[in-house]
Amino acid sequence: MIYYTIKRLGLALLVALTVSFISFGLLYLSSDPAIAMAGETASDADIEAIRKLYGFDRPILVQYFDWLQRAMGGDLGKSYYFRTDVSSLIGERLPTTMTLGVCAITFAIVLSVPLGVAAAIRPNSLVDRVALFLSVMGQALPSFWFALMLIVFLSVNLRLLPTSGSDTWLHFVMPTVVLGYYAAPAIMRLTRTGMLEVLSTDYIRTARAKGLRPWVVLFKHALRNAIIPVVSLAAVQFGFMLGGSIVVETIFALHGAGFLAWESITRNDLPTVQGLILVFSLFYIVLTFFADLLNAWLDPRIRIN
Amino acid sequence: MKRQFLLTITSMALAAGISGVAHAGKSDDTLNVAIDRELESVDNYYNTAREGIVISRMVWDALLYRDPATNEYLPNLATSYKWVDSTTLEFDLRKGVTFHNGEKFDADDVVYTLDYVSDPNNGAKPARNVNWWASTEKLGDYKVRLNLKKEFPAALEFLSGPIVMYPNEYYAEVGPEGMALKPVGTGPYAVTSVEPGKRYKFKKYDGYHSSSPKGQANIGNVVIRTIAESNTQLAELFSGGIDWIWKVKPDQAERIEAQGQFTVKNSSTMRIGYLNFDAMGRHSKNPMNDVRVRRAIAHAIDREGIVNALVKGESMVVHSLCFPSQFGCTQDVPKYDYNPEKAKQLLAEAGYVDGFEIPFLAYRNRDYAEAMINNLNAVGIKTNFEYLKYAAFRDKVQDGGSPFNFGTWGSYSINDVSAITSHFQSGGKDDYSKDAEVIKQLGIGDSSVDPTVRQDAYKAALSRISGEVFMFPLWSYNTWYAFSKEVDFNPTPDEIPRFFTAKWL
Repeated sequence: MIYYTIKRLGLALLVALTVSFISFGLLYLSSDPAIAMAGETASDADIEAIRKLYGFDRPILVQYFDWLQRAMGGDLGKSYYFRTDVSSLIGERLPTTMTLGVCAITFAIVLSVPLGVAAAIRPNSLVDRVALFLSVMGQALPSFWFALMLIVFLSVNLRLLPTSGSDTWLHFVMPTVVLGYYAAPAIMRLTRTGMLEVLSTDYIRTARAKGLRPWVVLFKHALRNAIIPVVSLAAVQFGFMLGGSIVVETIFALHGAGFLAWESITRNDLPTVQGLILVFSLFYIVLTFFADLLNAWLDPRIRIN
Repeated sequence: MKRQFLLTITSMALAAGISGVAHAGKSDDTLNVAIDRELESVDNYYNTAREGIVISRMVWDALLYRDPATNEYLPNLATSYKWVDSTTLEFDLRKGVTFHNGEKFDADDVVYTLDYVSDPNNGAKPARNVNWWASTEKLGDYKVRLNLKKEFPAALEFLSGPIVMYPNEYYAEVGPEGMALKPVGTGPYAVTSVEPGKRYKFKKYDGYHSSSPKGQANIGNVVIRTIAESNTQLAELFSGGIDWIWKVKPDQAERIEAQGQFTVKNSSTMRIGYLNFDAMGRHSKNPMNDVRVRRAIAHAIDREGIVNALVKGESMVVHSLCFPSQFGCTQDVPKYDYNPEKAKQLLAEAGYVDGFEIPFLAYRNRDYAEAMINNLNAVGIKTNFEYLKYAAFRDKVQDGGSPFNFGTWGSYSINDVSAITSHFQSGGKDDYSKDAEVIKQLGIGDSSVDPTVRQDAYKAALSRISGEVFMFPLWSYNTWYAFSKEVDFNPTPDEIPRFFTAKWL
C-alpha cells in the first residue's frame, strides 16, 4: 500500500510538471506576452522595455527552468500584472474558491446521495423519475444560464439575495447552488447505479433473510459499498470545482482563484498562471490521495491488497 | 451569437420583472460604480487601463487641466506656464495646496515626481507618457522648469492629464506598491480603501483647493467595484446595488432606455476605426499597391450604413485619419462616398474586372468586419478573413504580414493628431505607405509649437493620406452609459468619466 501510494504520488507529480511545461509553452505560442502585458495602446518602446524588464527576450527553456527552480524553493515569482507576489495573490483569492468549493460539494452530496439512494430503493417509481429529471436538468442547464436566472428571480425580482460579491454568507448561496447542482447529477446517478447493483447481491439478500432492520441493510451494508466509487468521483468533482469555477466566480463577481486564472490567461500573466496550475495540480493530487485513503477505510479489501 | 442571445434574454427578463426600483446610493450619499476589469494597480504610473485613468482624475491633479467641453488648457496645480523656447517650459505653482495626507504641495513634489517617473529604471508606463522630457529644475519653492528632449507640441496635453503630481516624501517612503494600496494625491476625492482588483472606496476631499478647474466634488462617496460580467452589472443596476455602469452593449442600452427606469446616455469617443493598406508593397506585390484599388475599396464600403445598423449611438463617419476634436484634425480632405458602381469601374481600370482575392485581418468587432466583407464581395473582392487576438494581430501587422487589415485606435485620449496620424504614418512599424511627403509634413507638425504651422502641416499630411488612401478612416466609436435617474452625469468624448462633476438630482 505504501509502495503503491508513493508510486501514485510520483506519477502525479510528473503529471503536474508536464502540465506546467506544456501550459508554459502554449502561453508563449499563443502570443507575445510583452504585447499582451503592455496593452492595446502601448508603443513599441513600451513593449521593448517590458520584454527586457521581464526577460522575455531569453529562450523559452531558460525562462521555464528559471521559474521551476524558484518554484521548488517556494517562490512563485511576481505577477506581471499586479506586481505582487504570486503566492500572496493566490493566498488572497484561494479562501473564496475553497469556501465556494466546499459549500458546493457539500450541497451536491447532500442533494444527490439521498436522491440516488431513494431512486435505487424504488427503481422506475415517481421518486426515480423525479431524480432522473433533476439529474438531466443539472447536466443540461449551462451554469451561466442557471446563474443568471437565479439572479433575475432571487435577487432582482424577489430581492432575497445579494446579486454579486463575497462579503457575507448570503453572497455564497446562489454560487453554491449553481456550482453544486452542476456536480450533483453524476454523483446521484453513480449512487443509484451502485446501490442497485449492491442491493441485488447475495449478501444483502442474506442480511434481509437474517431479519436485519431495513435501514441497517440499506445504510450499513449496502450504501457503504455503493458509496466507494462516489467518494472518488466527489474528490474529482471537488478538484474540478476549485479549478473550474471560473464561470460561477465571474458571474457572481467572487474574485476567487478560478476568476484569477481566467483573467491571468487572458492577460498572459505567466507567473500567476503557472502558480495557479501548480496549486490546482497539487489539489488534485492531494484530493485523489485522500479519496484513496477513504476508499481503503470504507473497503477493507483495498487495505488488504 | 450565444452571448448576444443571453444579453437579450437577460435584459428582457430583468425589464419584465421590475416593479419598483429603489436605489440606495443617494440615501447614503454613495455613488456605486461597476467596472468590468481588475486594475493592475491604482498607481497612476503603473496602470494603463482606462478605468485607472478615471481613478487618477479623481485622486490626483496635474499641473494643468484640459476642459473637456472647450479643450482649453486651464491652470490647476500650476497657476501659469510659458514656453521659454520650443523645448523649455516654465510653471508657476499654486500655493496652499495640500495632499490628502496633509503634505504641502510645492516644487519639490513636481521635481521628484517628474524625475522618478521619467527614470526608465523605475518602469513607469506607458513609456510614451514619461519619456519626452530631459530634466526638471526647481527655480524656487513654487516655480519649476521642464527641459524637453526635443520639440514636443503635445506636452501641454500630457501635462493636463496623465502626468499627475505625487507627494515626494510619501512616495519616497512607500513607492509604487505602497501608493497602489494607499494612494495619496491632491484630487477632489481621497481614497479610503483599496481591495486590489476588487473594490475601491473614495471620499470627497474636503480640503480640495477651491481654485481647481475640476471644481469641488458634489457626491460624498464613490465606491468602484469590479464586476466582469455585463449581465451581472445589469442585474446589480436593476436591483439597486449599483448606480452607474458603462460600456453597455448597444442592444442592452436600447432595452434599458425603453424600460424607462434609468438614464441612458451615449457619447462618441476618440477611438476611430480604419482600414490599413499595403500601399508600398511591404507585404508583397498585391492589388493594394495600386491607388485605384484602394479608392475602389473606399467607395465600396458603406460606412454610413454600418454606423447606422451596427455601430450606432453618436458614432459618425470620419473622413480623415483622426478624431475631429483632436488638435490639427480636419475633415477638409478628399472624401469617398458609398458608390459600388464607381468601385467596380475603378477595379476594372486597375485591371481587376473579375475582382481578386486577398487576406484580411481584424482583431475586434467581427460584425463590422463581416459587414465590410459583404460590401467588398459585392464589388468582386473576395477576402480570406483572419480574426486574431490583439497581440497576434499587432505582431503580424508590424512584421509586414498584412496586405489589408481593419484596426482601431483610441489615441490614448490625447486630443492631438500626433497621437494617431503621426503614430501610423511617420515611417514606423505600422506604416505601410512610408510616403516621403506625409512623413515630412508630420515631422513639421510634430516638432513645431506654432499652432498655425502645425495645423497647416497636419492638413497637408491628412489630405495626402486621404487622396492616396494610404489608410481609410471609417467611423468613430461610442460608449453607452446607464445610471440611476437620481444621478446627474455627463459623458465626455475623451471617454474619461469625471465623477467629481456628477451630482444627485
